[in-house]
Amino acid sequence: MRGTVKPLWLTEMVAVWGYVQRNYFLTKRYFMWEVVWLVYVTINAMAITYIGAGAAEFGNIAINTERYMTYLLVGALLWNYLSMLFDVLSETVSWERWEGTIEYTFMSPSSRITHLLGMGFYAVVYGVLQTALTLGVCYLFFDLDLSRANYWGALLVLVVCSVSLVGFGIVAAVLPLLSPEKGQQVSYIVSSVLLLVSGVYYDVSVLPNWMQAIATVSPVTYALEGGRVALLEGAGAAELWESIRVLLVMGVVFVPLGIWVFHLGEVYAKKTGKLKRSG
Amino acid sequence: MKALELRDVEKSFKKRRGEVVRALDLVSLSVGKGEVVGILGPNGSGKSTLVRVISTLVLPDRGEVEVFGIDAVRHPKQVQRSMNRVSVEASFFKKLSAMENLLYGAKLYGVTTREARPRIAEILENVGFAQKRALEPMEHLSRGMQQKIALARALLTSPVLMLLDEPTTGLDPRSKKDVQAFIHRIREAHDSSILLCTHDMGEAEELCDRVGIMVDGKILALEKPEELKACYATNGRIPTLEETFMAATGYSVEEASAEKE
Repeated sequence: MRGTVKPLWLTEMVAVWGYVQRNYFLTKRYFMWEVVWLVYVTINAMAITYIGAGAAEFGNIAINTERYMTYLLVGALLWNYLSMLFDVLSETVSWERWEGTIEYTFMSPSSRITHLLGMGFYAVVYGVLQTALTLGVCYLFFDLDLSRANYWGALLVLVVCSVSLVGFGIVAAVLPLLSPEKGQQVSYIVSSVLLLVSGVYYDVSVLPNWMQAIATVSPVTYALEGGRVALLEGAGAAELWESIRVLLVMGVVFVPLGIWVFHLGEVYAKKTGKLKRSG
Repeated sequence: MKALELRDVEKSFKKRRGEVVRALDLVSLSVGKGEVVGILGPNGSGKSTLVRVISTLVLPDRGEVEVFGIDAVRHPKQVQRSMNRVSVEASFFKKLSAMENLLYGAKLYGVTTREARPRIAEILENVGFAQKRALEPMEHLSRGMQQKIALARALLTSPVLMLLDEPTTGLDPRSKKDVQAFIHRIREAHDSSILLCTHDMGEAEELCDRVGIMVDGKILALEKPEELKACYATNGRIPTLEETFMAATGYSVEEASAEKE
């Protein structure tokens, strides 16, 4: 308000809260859709877990069914969380363009980092809650092998991975700025490639070499590795360090890279007039 | 120092077939502090691009844009704090209530909920918007009501420069009057400088200190309404603003509204 001068950091913090609160309001308004999505995600995770139960029926190979089911469920839950985080970030532009609010957001004085930070923060909180709920429901249905689980270790891996995935998501978010018509579709392709190569439901070692090479630059690969050893083996901080170290390096690289790429995309959109609602 | 100053601003867009559209062609204009300047022009004349360039949403190819002496191209964040915009599309999160949209809009400018609530109440009362309806989703409100909320959103951040891009287009006569009266009050009470793009001649004549006519990305004239009309006087007869517009552009008011951008 005129006459009220706040320090810059405070106005940016107010704006971060603005994005978080707006997304909360939207979640409330679309509550039934949120319920539908939660049911879908939970049933999907259960269906994938049942693949483990049915695996023993094939051939004469002895498998530890409980462990395999837990392996699959952990993959399903982590992928649900990580893909949701990626999708929310990558839809930052296309969603606002669809609502018609993109120009108002982009002409506001809050910085793009603030914008993306607000989106990322809400996605992390929302994703953690959704994943915890899904895990709770799955607990009721399956005899999971989580006797040795190190939940805090898994949470730490998840938090560190969230940072690098936010950077990854920001890079994907720029696509609708470059091409209003096709950008979002391309980000879905990126998401599906992450699903294929990151070892969500199988070990990365079963993939062809060229896919394994792509897996090495996917933060999801290391999040799944770390998350699984924490939950299935009860791995402590020392054993998790390798995954965490790679994720930290990826975070340090991907977040500034994402913001820089987004900035270039924004400048391009402003030069070509592609920020406009209709594209 | 002027509230807004554009010098020789050019902007072209490439279309899909390689065709180049010159949206702004050496546009120069200024808006003084507390002044209301209107830009009349048919759709596709470049009015919206002009507003987008000033509001930092489109980068000009050439020329200078200054808001209160600050280069808007080089320092967009600094000028964004001092201005806001109302466009022909109300542009809100449709499922959110008016209040939720207003609180969100305010926070992007660093205005907290505690600071915004009393201000929202005051602005909504001024514009004749029932407080109770502020809790309804935007999609339940009429176009006129949405446009009042759009004005409230802009005013909430106390802009010293307001960019109004056809704020009354498509509104029923009653809503149009309400919105125009509100703009009038903004000007008197808030000492804001206003750039108003419109094809409503009455609106331009009633609200603006100076009026410009824009065609094919060029501003043909920018004068006080009486002086502008006098420029197109024939046989000593001063034409109406509508006749002046037709003489300058070759468009009737209906054609000006119907042409696609």
